[in-house]
Amino acid sequence: MATFRTKPDHQRYTFEGFGSEKYPNLMLRGAGDLNNWPMATYVAKHEGYMAAKKALQMEPVAVTEEVKTSGIRGRGGAGFPAGLKWSFMPKDSSDRKFTRYVVCNGDEGEPGTFKDRAILEYNPHQLIEGMIIAGWAMQCQTGFIYIRGEFLWLIEKLEYAIQEARDAGYLGKDILGTGWDFDLIVHRGAGAYICGEETALLNSLEGRRGEPRVKPPFPAAKGAFGQPTTINNVETLAAVPAILRMGGAEYAKLGRPKNTGTRVFCLSGHVKRPGLYELPLGLPLDFIMNDLGGGSSTGRKIKAVIPGGSSAPVFSEQEFGTLMDFDSVRDAGSMAGSGGIIMLDEDTCMVQACLRLIRFYAHESCGQCTPCREGCNWMEMILHRIEHGHGRLADLELLESITPNIAGKTLCPLGDAACGPMDSMLKKFHLEFEHHITHKTCLVSGHQLLANVGGH
Amino acid sequence: MNHSLSPETTDQALAPGERLPRSQRTEFSPEAIAEIHAIAASYPDKLAATLPALHIAQREFGFVSLDAMKAVARALSIPEAHVFGVASFYTMYQKKPVGKFHLQVCTNICCALSGGAEFLEKVCEKTGCKPGGGPSPDGLWSVEEAECLASCGSAPVMQVNADVYDENLDEARLAEIMKACERGEYREWAK
Ligand SMILES: Cc1cc2nc3c(=O)[nH]c(=O)nc-3n(C[C@H](O)[C@H](O)[C@H](O)COP(=O)(O)O)c2cc1C
Ligand code: SF4
Ligand code: SF4
Repeated sequence: MATFRTKPDHQRYTFEGFGSEKYPNLMLRGAGDLNNWPMATYVAKHEGYMAAKKALQMEPVAVTEEVKTSGIRGRGGAGFPAGLKWSFMPKDSSDRKFTRYVVCNGDEGEPGTFKDRAILEYNPHQLIEGMIIAGWAMQCQTGFIYIRGEFLWLIEKLEYAIQEARDAGYLGKDILGTGWDFDLIVHRGAGAYICGEETALLNSLEGRRGEPRVKPPFPAAKGAFGQPTTINNVETLAAVPAILRMGGAEYAKLGRPKNTGTRVFCLSGHVKRPGLYELPLGLPLDFIMNDLGGGSSTGRKIKAVIPGGSSAPVFSEQEFGTLMDFDSVRDAGSMAGSGGIIMLDEDTCMVQACLRLIRFYAHESCGQCTPCREGCNWMEMILHRIEHGHGRLADLELLESITPNIAGKTLCPLGDAACGPMDSMLKKFHLEFEHHITHKTCLVSGHQLLANVGGH
Repeated sequence: MNHSLSPETTDQALAPGERLPRSQRTEFSPEAIAEIHAIAASYPDKLAATLPALHIAQREFGFVSLDAMKAVARALSIPEAHVFGVASFYTMYQKKPVGKFHLQVCTNICCALSGGAEFLEKVCEKTGCKPGGGPSPDGLWSVEEAECLASCGSAPVMQVNADVYDENLDEARLAEIMKACERGEYREWAK
């Protein structure tokens, strides 16, 4: 067996009861076992390629229908129903033939998110199988898998796994005697969070700067290399084999209506048992935080939780009972996003936390549109000033006046993403910001969150 | 633009087959050219090979120098300005030389909550480097403050060159990792 990793992995992938009927294990089979990834294991232990065989005997539209029935919503951030997205792809007619592409988004850059990585580490064949099924359903010619550049060992492993699939006849020409040709190309990113945005990703795939494109045209009309394209997250595509195996209707019974299936939650921050928790959608946040995560790691109370990756507006204690599914989290004023749950204890300085996040967005803004490029930098400068004890009380109003001029006024959602944490932290932890300005120092005394900065 | 392949120009006398030190090179090796052409052929459009070719350039030249960008443009017959635009957009293409062991420390929110900021300061102290400030005098180390590396559950985290991440770090682990680097247990930068 080829080896791509010898360093042990200390990440937590399981909890008591995981793998039972109540908490089915669809996405993390064998996670934690570094020998789990090869094809032989996938086929022998995890029902590997059964779903692909089944799908390729079905009509492509019927496969898309099955995914629609499952109700699965994208796990990459926006939560758009995957089956519906697939159905937007144009079909061949007698006078027009299309070249169609399916693209997997493995950029995994959203702070607080580390789930796609586990799928690539332990179950690359599950993603490959999902891509084959998606490719068949939409009658694509090629699939591209875009992986962030830092994951070099995972890219090498994935390429090896793809070759295994080719050798077994699941990729290449005339797959399983259907007459359909399909292959996968792995594309390595080069360090840019914005390339996770789907149209920026397409530009990056085409060899350009990772700048988001104006929509419309949407990728289903004009995507990679100008051709109809569908982009899905790693987890979304890796869930497809399970959907085909158990049937869309059965999958839809997991979770809650309109929020079906399981998803891999990433628990991090001040939590006793950080790690990945695959759970049916719709469990209460405090159940995940306390019953599964073991509560605060510092012994101090948790005062804030970022419920869906760093772009999601922060929750304070009143919202800890929120059911973790797309609609409930949205109704509670945040977003389920990428499934990253970050816990912050009461000693965490929210001004620093906010500055750290806004600095990230200012750094990662591609610079195409003025509200995002300038606005994020302004917010960073103002927060910096407050953090360093030079803030003025008027700065808080100034900050409040900036976000409405960014949100909804930019080409891509990165601008909105920066406003989520900014607005919510300022609103819910206003006292801490005020204290910083009037006392020129923190209200709390937790870990320093910014390197090489004074003021603390 | 002139895309013809010219031999490396140098005042130094080179033996047949001998190459300039990596950081002074202006041309790809023939193997690298072949690799780039093969990649370009696998995509619907050769422009798509820009990112992979720049990764290869980083390996061949040690960092993405202006000469390296020009070599990419020549290898793919695409405008130099395009290559420059792309190379300057992405942070993983090092536009300046880095140390033999380039330590990329995540300081984003989840790592910071677990002490990532203090860890970065320790890394700087132990290596004598500033984040983004080029290699240490002995050329062994360089340090970069990275954005979220997708390892939030096992923070703080650091990536040495392109190796598998080192996770759950503290000062003691840092000392071990630095020793392991010195013993040659980590692959050197771009090798
Ligand atoms: C700034 C920004 C960053 C994003 N980063 C990622 C990412 O790293 N991975 C991902 O799958 N989706 C990311 N997305 C969401 C994608 O644009 C897209 O919605 C998603 O890949 C679609 O797949 P899904 O429908 O399966 O979720 C990002 C979006 C934005 C605006
Ligand atoms: S919102 Fe920001 S990241 Fe998105 S296109 Fe505009 S400048 Fe670029
Ligand atoms: S104003 Fe500046 S950033 Fe904007 S297009 Fe002109 S040169 Fe570029």
